[in-house]
Amino acid sequence: MLHIKCPHCGLRSQNEFSYGGDGTVKRPDLNKEVSDKEWDTFVYLRKSPRGKHVELWHHISGCRQWIKVERDTATHEIFKTSKVNEDI
Amino acid sequence: MSEEFRLDKIGLVNRDKKISFKFNGKKYFGYEGDTLASALIANGVHLIGRSFKYHRPRGFFGAGVDEPYAMVQLYRNNETEPNVRATEQELFEGLEAKSLNCWPSVNFDIGAINNFLNKFLPAGFYYKTFMWPKSFWYKIYEPFIRKAAGFGVVSTKHDNERYEHKYEYCDLLITGSGPSGLASAYAAAKNGARVILAEDKSRFGGSLLTSEVSIGNQNGKDWADNIIAELKEMPNVTVKNRAQVFGYYDHNMLVMSERLSDHLPKSKKYTPKQRLWYIRAKEVIISTGSIERPIVFGNNDTPGVVLASAAKEYLKVYGVLVGKKPLIFTNNDSAYETAIEFKKNNINPIILDTRKNPESEIISEAKNMGIEMKFSYVVVAAKGYKKVNFAEIANISEDKKDLGKIENINCDCICVSGFWTPTIHLASQSGNKTKFNEEIDAFVPGKSKQNETTVGSANGIFSLEKTLITAFEKGHEISKKITNKDNKISVPQVSEKKFTQHDKFWCVPLPKEKNYKRFLDFQNDVTVSDVELAIREGYRSIEHVKRYTTLGMATDQGKTSNLNGLQLVSSIENKIVPSVGHTTFRPPYTPVSIGAIVGREIGKHSKPTRKSPMHSWHEKHNAVFVDAGIWLRPRYYKKGNEGLFEASKREAENVRKNVGVCDVTTLGKIDVKGPDAAEFLNRVYTNAWLKLPVGKARYGVMLREDGIVMDDGTTTRISEHHYHMTTTTAQAANVLSHLEYYLQIVWPELNVNVVSTTEQWAGAAIAGPKSRNLLQKLFPDINVSNEGLPFMGYLESNLFGIPARIFRISFSGELAYEVNVESDNGNFMWEKIIEIGKEFAIQPYGTEALSTLRIEMGHVAGSELDGRTIPYDNGLDGLVSKKKDFIGKRSLNRKAFIAKDRQKVVGVVPLDKKTSIPEGSHLVKDANAILPNPKLGHISASCWSVEYNNPFSLAILKDGKNMIGKKLFALCPVKNKSIPVEIVSSHYVDPKGERVRS
Repeated sequence: MLHIKCPHCGLRSQNEFSYGGDGTVKRPDLNKEVSDKEWDTFVYLRKSPRGKHVELWHHISGCRQWIKVERDTATHEIFKTSKVNEDI
Repeated sequence: MSEEFRLDKIGLVNRDKKISFKFNGKKYFGYEGDTLASALIANGVHLIGRSFKYHRPRGFFGAGVDEPYAMVQLYRNNETEPNVRATEQELFEGLEAKSLNCWPSVNFDIGAINNFLNKFLPAGFYYKTFMWPKSFWYKIYEPFIRKAAGFGVVSTKHDNERYEHKYEYCDLLITGSGPSGLASAYAAAKNGARVILAEDKSRFGGSLLTSEVSIGNQNGKDWADNIIAELKEMPNVTVKNRAQVFGYYDHNMLVMSERLSDHLPKSKKYTPKQRLWYIRAKEVIISTGSIERPIVFGNNDTPGVVLASAAKEYLKVYGVLVGKKPLIFTNNDSAYETAIEFKKNNINPIILDTRKNPESEIISEAKNMGIEMKFSYVVVAAKGYKKVNFAEIANISEDKKDLGKIENINCDCICVSGFWTPTIHLASQSGNKTKFNEEIDAFVPGKSKQNETTVGSANGIFSLEKTLITAFEKGHEISKKITNKDNKISVPQVSEKKFTQHDKFWCVPLPKEKNYKRFLDFQNDVTVSDVELAIREGYRSIEHVKRYTTLGMATDQGKTSNLNGLQLVSSIENKIVPSVGHTTFRPPYTPVSIGAIVGREIGKHSKPTRKSPMHSWHEKHNAVFVDAGIWLRPRYYKKGNEGLFEASKREAENVRKNVGVCDVTTLGKIDVKGPDAAEFLNRVYTNAWLKLPVGKARYGVMLREDGIVMDDGTTTRISEHHYHMTTTTAQAANVLSHLEYYLQIVWPELNVNVVSTTEQWAGAAIAGPKSRNLLQKLFPDINVSNEGLPFMGYLESNLFGIPARIFRISFSGELAYEVNVESDNGNFMWEKIIEIGKEFAIQPYGTEALSTLRIEMGHVAGSELDGRTIPYDNGLDGLVSKKKDFIGKRSLNRKAFIAKDRQKVVGVVPLDKKTSIPEGSHLVKDANAILPNPKLGHISASCWSVEYNNPFSLAILKDGKNMIGKKLFALCPVKNKSIPVEIVSSHYVDPKGERVRS
C-alpha cells in the first residue's frame, strides 16, 4: 500500500485516496474553437508511461482535495506531491 | 499408546500437563508445548498423508514453516480447517486431525496406484493427456483429476470465529527472534526506537533454542529468555509471538498475521482467532534466519527422511526422537550437532559425510564421543514403504560422479543436511536485488530498494559471533538515524564451535539400472526427471520450468526445493546458478487464512448499510427492501398475501387516484455555495442556470466530457449564493468528486464550495391529485395554491414547529411535492404525513411503484441513462443549451452522436396488451430471421401501466423517432419469448405534462 504525502494533511495510506489518472491533461478553454483532434486527444488519449508520471489523486477519505503526485509507475516510488494548483 | 519415542529429561514441553488428541480417529497423548508433529513422532506415528500426485506415503520433513508434507485437516471447536501444517499446529486438549489426499485411509490408499502409473503422469501431463475426446473433459477427466489431486477440504459452513485487522506504525520492525533479531531489537530499543519484534513460532529464540553456544556466560537459550523478558518490559517495544510477517509491500508496509487462538481449544471471549497487522515501519530488519536444504537421493520422500536440523529441534525442544537408529547424511558440519545430540541421549547415529577428509572442532568432538562416521559416502536410496527401514549407501568418487559398491545399512530415519538457504523472501518481496553468494551456494539480499536491512543467517552469516556483532551494530545504527540517540550496548562474549567449509554437493547420482524417484519438490511431487524432461521439451526460463513442472509451487512455495531446482536447471544447462536466477518471491511467505484477510468485513459488514431515519417505520409496516447503492429502500409494502406485482400496482394506483408518500432520503444531496455558484452550475449542467431565481428549482442533466449523460436531478436556489443539488442515489459520491475535480483543477478561479448533505436531510415525496390538500394540512401557514407554490417552486416553513423545506417537484408525473427536514426529524415528519394523510387515503409507496409511475410517464432514469446514452437519445434535446459551453458539449458534435438514425428512447406496448416484456429483450424486425438477428434496440425498463392497465415498456431504439407506430418483435431468448409489439411515444401518460402543473 502506497504512502502518499497529502500536501494538506501529511503522510497518509493509499486507502484514503482514490486514483484520478494522468495529471498532465489540460482541458481546452471554454467557449473556444477546438479541433476534433484536440478534443479527441483530451477526452480519450492518455499516456501510460513506464517510469516517472505526474498523476492526480483525490484525498477522498480525508480533506477531499485533489492533489498531484509524481510517481514511478514501475517502482511505485513517489518523488514529490503538490497541491493541484501548484507546479510539480 | 505409549510415547516410546519421548525422552525423559530433555525438552521444553510441560511434563506436568498431559494433553490428549486424536489423529485419524485414534487417541494419543502429548504434552503442553508440543506441536501436533512432535506429539505424533513421540508416539511413533510417521505416516501422515499421501503425496499430491503419486499418493506416496509421506511423513515429516521439517519442524516448522518449511514443512512440505505434514499437512492435516484440523478439527477445532466444531470447525474444520484444511492444509494445517502439523509442524506449526500447537497441541491443545481435544485436538482432532485427519490425513489429507488419501482414500479410504492413509494406510490403504487407492490413489497410490498413481505411483505405478507414473509413466503416464510426467511433468505437464495434464497439458498432454486428457485431450480426447473433447467432451470427456468436463464430465470425466476434470472431476476425476479434481478428486485425485489437491489437499484438504474447505469448510462450507459459516466461520463463527472472529478475525481482526490492526494498523500500526513503528520505527523499526524486526522479523524473527533468533540471535540476530534479538540483538538488533535490543540495541535499537535501548537506543529509544519504537520497535516491533515478531516471531512466527510460539517460543522466542530461533536457533538459540537448539544450539550449544554461550553468550556472555549464559547458554544461548537463557540469554534469549532474558533479552525477551527485558524487551517485554520496555514501553517502546511490542513483542509478538505466533506472528508471521508474510508480506513486504510498497513504502515499507508489511503485513503480519498473529495467530492468537489457533493453539487453544477455542477462542477466548473478546479475543479474535487471528489478527492481521498492517505495519508501516520506518525501517525493517529482516532476521528470518535460514532453512536447511535437502540433498537429493533416491526415494528421499520416504517417511523417516527428515532434515537434520528438524531432528535436532524435535530432540532439544520437544524431547522426541525421530528414530532410534539414525543415519545422518550431510555435506557440512551443522548435522554433526544433530549426531552429538543423539549420542548424548544414548542413541548411536552413523554419519555419512560427502566430504573426503573434513576437519573441524565439531568433527573432532563427534569423533571423540565415538560416533561412527563414513567419509566420501552418500545415501543412494531410502528403503521401506511407509517408513524407512534401511538405506542403500555407497562410496562416492571424488568428482562425485561414480558410486562404489552399494551396501545396505539398517536405520529407521535418515537425517539429511545439504547446507543452509537464507530466507530471503521478505527482502526479495521488498524489491531487493538479490545476489548469489558462491561461498554458501545460495542467494542473499543485495542492494535494498526500501528501508530494509537483512542480518544474521538470512544474510548468509552462519557464525554466531559475527551475527551478534553485525546485528547489534545495525540495531544501533538504524535506531540512531531515527531517534538521534547514541546509547550503545556492548556486544557480549560468544563461545561457539567453528565450522569448516561445506561440500557443494546436492544430488546423488542414480546407480546403474536403478530408477529411483528423486524428489526435488516434495509437496508437488516434482522429481529430477520431471525437470530434465521440461528442459528437453524446450523450457528454458526458470519461471517457465516452475509453472510447467509445478516446482516450488503450492502452499510451501518451495522453501526446501527452490535452490536444488535451480542447481539442477543450471547443471543441465551448463550455466551457473546466478545466470539462471531465482523465481520471483511474492507474498504471502506462508499461507494466510482467508478469514484473516477479510477481517470484520463479512456479512452485513462487507459494505456499510445505510438506512433512512424512517427505516424502522418501513420495517414495522411490512416493507420489503431492495438495495439501492449502499442504501436499503422499501421496494413495496406488503399487505396480506400480496406479491411484488399486486402491491406495487396497488401503491401506484393510489398515487394516480389519491396520494402516496415515498421515502426519498437516499437521493444524493450536495450544497453548492458561493458567489460563482450560478456560473458553476451553468458549466456543469447542459441547460441554462444563470437566470434561475431564488426560490425556484430546475431539472438538470450533467454529462461526462465524452458527452455521455452522467447524472440528472433537480437543483434549487435556496438563496442568492446557495443551491441545493440533488443527484441519483447511486451516483451521489461520483458527482461530488466530479464537481470537486472541476472546481479544484479546471476552474479554480470560481469561488464555490461543495459539500455532501445527503445524510443531513430526510426526504418524503408526496404525490397524487390529493397531495395539495394534504400539504395544506401539514403546512397551514403557507399558500399552497398553484400561484403560491407553482411547479418547480420552493418554500421554507415549519412542520409542527420543525423547520422544513418544501419543493414542488415530481418524479411520478403527478402533482407532487417533496418535503425535507433535518434527518433527526425524519421519522416525525413521516408519521405526521401518514397520520394527516389518512383522510386522503394516503398509502406509502416503494421503489417498484415509483418505477411504474416514472416509466409510464416516460421519465428517463438509470436504466436509460446507462452510461451509453447522450441527452438527445433520451429526448432531452430541450435541455441542451446551444448558447453556452458546458462539460461534454464539444463531444456532442461527434459524428456518431448526430447521426440521423441515432438511438432514441421510445415506448413499447405488446400487441396483445397482456404479455409483459422482459427487461433486456432485443427489438428486431423479424422474429424468425437467421441468427444473429440484427438488433434495433433493447427494452430498458418495463412496468404494468396502472393508467391503462396493460404492460408498457421503455426502449432505446435505433432511429426511434421515426419508428413510432411501427410493429416489431421483442425477443428474449433467456425466457424463450418472442412478443409482437408496437412502438409508441415514451410519454405514455399525460404527454403534455399537465398534471404536474395543475
